Amino acid sequence: MEPVLRIINLQVTYYTDAGRARALDGASLELMPGEKLGLVGESGSGKSTMALAMMRMIKPPGRIEGGQVIVGGTDLMTLSEEEMLKARLSKIAYIPQGAMNSLNPVMRIGAQMTDAIYAHDKSISKSEMTEMSMQALESVDLKHSVFKMYPHELSGGMKQRVCIAIGILLRPQVVIADEPTSALDVVTQRQVMETIDRVQDQIGAAVILIGHDMGLMAQFVDKVAVMYTGRLMELSSVREMFTDPRHPYAQALISSLPNLENKGVFQGIPGLAPALLRLPSGCTFHPRCTHVMEVCKTARPEFVTLSDGRHVACHLYAEPT
Amino acid sequence: MPKLLEFKNVTKIYSGGGFLSKGGSTTALSNLSLTLNEDEPTIMTVAGESGSGKTTLAMLLLGFISPTSGQILYRGQDISALKGEDRITFRREVQAVFQDPFAVFNPFYPVDHLLTVPIKRFKLAKSKNEARDRMVEALTAVGLHPQDILGRFPHQLSGGQRQRINVARALLLQPKLLVADEPVSMVDASLRANILETLRTLQTNYGVSIIYITHDLTTAYHIARSIIVLYRGAVMEAGDVDTVIKAPQHPYTRLLIDSIPWPDINRRWGETEIKARESDQSDVGPGCRFYARCPFAMDKCKNPPPLFRASEHQAVSCYLFEEHPQIVPEKLSDLLPV
Repeated sequence: MEPVLRIINLQVTYYTDAGRARALDGASLELMPGEKLGLVGESGSGKSTMALAMMRMIKPPGRIEGGQVIVGGTDLMTLSEEEMLKARLSKIAYIPQGAMNSLNPVMRIGAQMTDAIYAHDKSISKSEMTEMSMQALESVDLKHSVFKMYPHELSGGMKQRVCIAIGILLRPQVVIADEPTSALDVVTQRQVMETIDRVQDQIGAAVILIGHDMGLMAQFVDKVAVMYTGRLMELSSVREMFTDPRHPYAQALISSLPNLENKGVFQGIPGLAPALLRLPSGCTFHPRCTHVMEVCKTARPEFVTLSDGRHVACHLYAEPT
Repeated sequence: MPKLLEFKNVTKIYSGGGFLSKGGSTTALSNLSLTLNEDEPTIMTVAGESGSGKTTLAMLLLGFISPTSGQILYRGQDISALKGEDRITFRREVQAVFQDPFAVFNPFYPVDHLLTVPIKRFKLAKSKNEARDRMVEALTAVGLHPQDILGRFPHQLSGGQRQRINVARALLLQPKLLVADEPVSMVDASLRANILETLRTLQTNYGVSIIYITHDLTTAYHIARSIIVLYRGAVMEAGDVDTVIKAPQHPYTRLLIDSIPWPDINRRWGETEIKARESDQSDVGPGCRFYARCPFAMDKCKNPPPLFRASEHQAVSCYLFEEHPQIVPEKLSDLLPV
């Protein structure tokens, strides 16, 4: 099977008065149809930048410096503005953080949905658009009556599901959800995640879930990518990530998690994430790393594929060449 | 035993009937009683989903709003009747840490401002030097390096650092009671552990009682001794945090705990079906507040269920536990461990 999404060496830089900040420094990954990838990292690690870059929605002072984003054979970076407008939502959809607050309060849900369809294809009849919207609402487990409602009549979880419904209206091949449940309580959160899961099965899309809730990742995704200072540190299957993380940062992240067995043990990661404008030399994690070696301070580790198929950027796993 | 804080049958009703609303009122908290003792500092979690009344509880406790009925006593005095010196003491001894570590800072002042204001307001220091010593001491106690913090502006600090400054500010005033309303929900997962650790140190080293308000049962489990689970303003289940999280009894608590996404690959999300959509639960009768969504709903659930003592340190407000001895709400605090 061909991967539905291929990101090759994607780079984003923000040009600020204080200097250049490399918010995304050469990220590469692949996703198969129906696969779910979790993208985790601390705030400022470049998760959302990566999502925005994939959508080509980076605004100045930020700039995409290079790389490719290939969705179903098309490199999004080579499209014209016009073509990119059409590609958004139909090829690749983005559900931004706090999407539920982005619904227009004075427009009915239905009008906002048909608007999105109309913007992509003006030849679709009104009744067809309604039909498509109803189907999308059904697939996120909302009643048809929601079509005629205003956002204030819905609860947070329902609004979030409306946003998912809009995201999948045109059956995109890739759906990016940026912290879709961060403002919701656990029960609603589970409902929303189950909705995404079901919808994904229906349309066979690849899903990228961005967030820092490792619990959610453990329950939902197939693969986890750990980011730090705009770089991918490790990419592993969810089972490998939680049972045998390789990168020292991933290890620290996993052991900082509370679970039922280690009650009362709080193991944070010592130190703070560095500012992007003043990144440490070599491996950016070396000042906080417990396994730091001389080489880490000078040479940046490559993001390599290990013999067991896992991807890590760490000198500990440098295989002799 | 002297009582630090006492909620006596506190009810808070927000009445509707505004200009555009259809009228009707919301019972945000119904008939809650709880007690904290002065000599036994503890960490108590109040858990529940959005709309369960947990923030109302915090607001009541801080005296920002007053109860519709019932009384809130702080060291035996009704907090709504506190005046003069007593009121200032109350304001100093009961402190809060709020959810959003970004919103509490004034971006035009260095972060010192957040610490110097209370020092001046409560006359905690006689000289500038003493004030600075106090600030350094408080910041060190929460695990920050004062030289990295003092003189900086809020935007130069991370969310975790800011939230710890909030804790330091509370600590500066040597409170007896700290209300922490979702203190870690907006902080990165990797920093949560540090803040929770700081809170726990406050309790053990400084003898501060903490009411930890959250919807995140994972952190609640790690930090608290006892837990009260609220749903739409009513107590569903309460007790020892280990018992409640590991062996939840009330159908609502079971659903809640089943929905926790544990960061553990071998512990899958539960199979309990989530019943009822949010829109269907708008009206609740006088009975059990979970009635509309409960898979075990019975006819008698239309009457409000009393609390039953399901085990030594666990009380459940549900008719499924009828055979257990009933306890009056006022005695609820007695079975909570400290």
